[in-house]
Amino acid sequence: MRRQALIALLSYWRRNWLQFFTLLAGLALATALWSGVQAINAEARASYDAAAATLGEGQYTQITANNGLPIAVEDYVALRRVGWLVSPVVEGRLDGVRLIGVEPLTAPQGIGTTALSIEAELPSEPTLWVSSGVSVDGVTTVETPELAPNTAIGDIGLVSDLLGAQGISRLLVLSDQPVRQPPLESVVQGLNVQTPQGGSDIGRLTDSFHLNLTAFGFLSFVVGIFIVNGAVGLAFEQRRPLVRTLRALGVPLRTVIAIMAAEMAVLSLLGGVIGVVIGYFIAAALLPDVAATLQGLYGADVGGTLAIRPVWWLSGLGIALLGGMAASASALWKLSRMPLLAGAQPRAWSMQAGRGRVIQTIAGLFMLAAAGIFALIADGLVTGFALLGTLLLGAALLLPMVLNAALALGQRLAKGPVWEWFWADTRQQLPGLSLALAALLLAMAANIGVSTMVSSFRQTFVGFLDQRLAAELYVTARDEEDAVALEQFLAGKVESVLPIEQIDVEANGLPAELYGPIDDRTYRDNWRFLSQVPQMWDIVQAGEGVAINEQLSYRGDLQLGDMLELPGITLPVVGIYGDYGNPIGQVIIGREVFKELYPDSQALRYGVRVLPEDVAALTDQLVSEYGLPEANVINQAGIKAYSLDIFERTFTVTGALNWLTLGVAGFAILMSLLTLSGMRIPQLAPLWALGLTRGRLERLEILRTVMLTAWTFVFALPLGLALAWVLLAVVNVAAFGWRLPMFVFPTSYVFLLVQALIAAGAAALWPALKLGRTPTSHLLKVFANER
Amino acid sequence: MNARVLALLLLWPLAAFGQGFAGLGSDADGFALPQRGYTFDFPTDHGAHPEYRIEWWYVTANLTGDDGAEYGVQWTLFRSALAPEEAAGWSSPQVWMGHAALTTEDAHFTAERFGRGGIGQAGASDQQLSAWIDDWELDFSHMTASGTDWRYDLSLSETGPLVFHGAEGYSVKSAGGQASYYYSQPFLAVDGTLTIGNEDIHVTGNAWLDREWSSQPLAEDQSGWDWFSLSFDDGDKLMGFRLRGADTYTSATWIDADGGTTAYTDGAFMAEPLENSPTSGPEVPVLWQVQLPERGLDVTVSAINPDSWMPLTTQYWEGPVTVTGTHTGRGYLEMTGYE
Repeated sequence: MRRQALIALLSYWRRNWLQFFTLLAGLALATALWSGVQAINAEARASYDAAAATLGEGQYTQITANNGLPIAVEDYVALRRVGWLVSPVVEGRLDGVRLIGVEPLTAPQGIGTTALSIEAELPSEPTLWVSSGVSVDGVTTVETPELAPNTAIGDIGLVSDLLGAQGISRLLVLSDQPVRQPPLESVVQGLNVQTPQGGSDIGRLTDSFHLNLTAFGFLSFVVGIFIVNGAVGLAFEQRRPLVRTLRALGVPLRTVIAIMAAEMAVLSLLGGVIGVVIGYFIAAALLPDVAATLQGLYGADVGGTLAIRPVWWLSGLGIALLGGMAASASALWKLSRMPLLAGAQPRAWSMQAGRGRVIQTIAGLFMLAAAGIFALIADGLVTGFALLGTLLLGAALLLPMVLNAALALGQRLAKGPVWEWFWADTRQQLPGLSLALAALLLAMAANIGVSTMVSSFRQTFVGFLDQRLAAELYVTARDEEDAVALEQFLAGKVESVLPIEQIDVEANGLPAELYGPIDDRTYRDNWRFLSQVPQMWDIVQAGEGVAINEQLSYRGDLQLGDMLELPGITLPVVGIYGDYGNPIGQVIIGREVFKELYPDSQALRYGVRVLPEDVAALTDQLVSEYGLPEANVINQAGIKAYSLDIFERTFTVTGALNWLTLGVAGFAILMSLLTLSGMRIPQLAPLWALGLTRGRLERLEILRTVMLTAWTFVFALPLGLALAWVLLAVVNVAAFGWRLPMFVFPTSYVFLLVQALIAAGAAALWPALKLGRTPTSHLLKVFANER
Repeated sequence: MNARVLALLLLWPLAAFGQGFAGLGSDADGFALPQRGYTFDFPTDHGAHPEYRIEWWYVTANLTGDDGAEYGVQWTLFRSALAPEEAAGWSSPQVWMGHAALTTEDAHFTAERFGRGGIGQAGASDQQLSAWIDDWELDFSHMTASGTDWRYDLSLSETGPLVFHGAEGYSVKSAGGQASYYYSQPFLAVDGTLTIGNEDIHVTGNAWLDREWSSQPLAEDQSGWDWFSLSFDDGDKLMGFRLRGADTYTSATWIDADGGTTAYTDGAFMAEPLENSPTSGPEVPVLWQVQLPERGLDVTVSAINPDSWMPLTTQYWEGPVTVTGTHTGRGYLEMTGYE
């Protein structure tokens, strides 16, 4: 009996291979987006872990020179000779590869080693250990897959030679120090100790980026589940007559349900496997852009190639299985509750959905209320995401109610029987379509929210670049001597020379970069402040106040007038400026105070103000006359283009994910309409009999979908803007440390509407055509068979 | 050799140490070899000999606290060369390793330091006896070293002459003729302070400096040694070692209270383990019968703290001992090559 029932149920797929395909495709798409995003995140995180292990970052206290210059080897030895157990690191880039030189004899246990387990012969010649695909000219390299991407590590002597480095980039302070040691400053002056917490932890910095990706992944999953639900609903709906027959033949309901559940499990896994494979390709295609973005924004090296990690393919399969089972659970539950012979009464389903709608609406309102509370208390990433989640879910739950109200209004205003039927029939179909429409709602809202955030970011950032990269040329001296000569060379030739000197300090105990710019109109004219006291620049240059960036103001909870403690001086905050794309706190003090505090500091980088038409000539002079390497002279336009390029890549990723979610939502509509189209014939047959042509019916079907999409968009727009607000004002602040002004982009929303309408129309086209081409004999049979 | 972690690969200079004591028997390719009849030249020979593969400055001290408690202190600087030369800066092939220990009757503190030649972090002067690695320092007037929770700071003074082992400093280590240059300063009076945790302990006693350098001190089949430096209550001293290999090879120097020496070749000196004891490392003999019949010596040597295992990159047992029997006194015992 069981075997026969199984064969009967399975035979359905043989006759409806297209549905079989769509069910699998739904499962696969849901899984693909989820596992794709997971794969990207897993890859990036593995890269950070490797980087942290390679560099000892986040693990060890580090010592750097206050003036940003290398630490002399003599100073290193002096520290060791009085009992400071420190180990030197030389770091730099060679042909884009991050070279790290460590001193193996003094390096802390575990540096460069965590998780590395490789077998190799002891090298007899200078050797670099490199991550996959990295090569360095003239040096033996050993590929070490566990190493952070784009990294080469080797003995400090070898790396110093390769980089031409004089001195030491930084010193790692070993965790075990001798029982007694003199204070650092009594041994070597001008050194700065940085404890491992703070701005240098790559993982923490990039969290926000991954959070955005995770949000996408989560959303994709929700959208995918809606699809799976639709697909399963279709299959169960259409097999209802079959179930009725089987039960009439004596197969127990329990057996039928068990068989169908097992069938679903197998199909879910199959779809999941396909999805994981697709997800792999999505991730592989997007990863280079993600890697470039992270590299550009945070200097974090992420491999451009994807490793197959259990964490994402397992989670992908799990999601497919869970999603599939959850979707079928509701269908099976429905099936078990339906009266034995109620199978072919669509209206009954609608009524039942009507009762459910009340509960759903209450749940939705509850969710929105929770979102409201989260909006009031949100102060971190967790509450930020809780806010996002409740907002989206609440809106999705309320959608049927809102659409129903809109349709009821349409029905009341309708003129003529055809239109009255149109509205009433749309209302009846709403339960069957609402899942797909909810998916569409979420996809559109996410599209609006994320693109608003990203575009706001871009707009702000471009403006910021114009302010901050005000100088026409940026030149870098080769060393301190060269810097002095360069200043003399430039004097008189240009409008002004702006030394860019940066010293790592602790400001109120937080790591920050200290700048002491000269008093120049460049700063007075171009810098925009989020808040400032009057005559801010005069106060700063008089040494009576400091300006700080927004990141520091958030992290240190500093407002105008608050005192900021720097090494050797404490001054009030008189200005706060936006500083986008920079994770680290900044402090600006007057030039004179800066020079008093750090008399030995010598700038190596300069901004040069010169008439735009003279830029090319000056560049030429610097290179050919003065002899500066070409790479040391950077045209401001070049930096800007580079910075913008980074953001373009962010948009590429965002844009691609937007398209994918929208496409998936369109697919959901297609599936739902296919589900309904089978049941539609009995409902349409009377209209056809009353004189409506199949062509007219076809157009009405498409119009219905397009109209529902438009209504959904109307609801999605405020939701999307709310989403953008949460992303900009809550999540962004928590993750990046700055708040972005929100800009709205009406034209892009209109474009999205058109996109969505096209997608929905396209999705409706096939079911409508199918309906329109129904042989008239089928329509006639409706009356003959009397259902 | 399978290196489990990159650290080990990066630490390849340490292979010189990491190979353990058995590695001391490997080839001397390119390095100078000790020659019989060498005339020592001081203070130059107090300094480093980079043309030789290995070298050490090795001090052990038996100390007594004001309360009468026995202490032992070790200060060691090893030099190991990857190539028979010295160079300035990071490219120096000279690798330095410091070991220090402080032993009480029931505790054994150890510390280890590594350093690179060429930059001044570790080294030895050829102007006077002066050796250092990081903040650990040794000369004929003071000696200091520290760990995370202990430290010693000791004043030294010479009370006798330098002593040369074997054939006037040419110390043969096997029947095959492997040898090292080996001299000592066993007459060092000590006065100073031990710090354990927050407690300062005033101590006095005597120390013994060993200086040795070579390129291939052991024969290939030799796996380790048991080395004794004993100071008897009557002022005489004995240095004796037993090299374990296919055959046991022994050598000893009797040092009179005035610094006069008598060298004893293979077989004269005998040391037999009487009792093993578990340590934080392997089980090792901590009770010995030591004999030198030509001097009427037949004593029992027992460890003050049986667990004086050095759990460092190169592992061995090193600790203070007491001597009873025909002679009484105290001294130091070093046992290497146990696994």
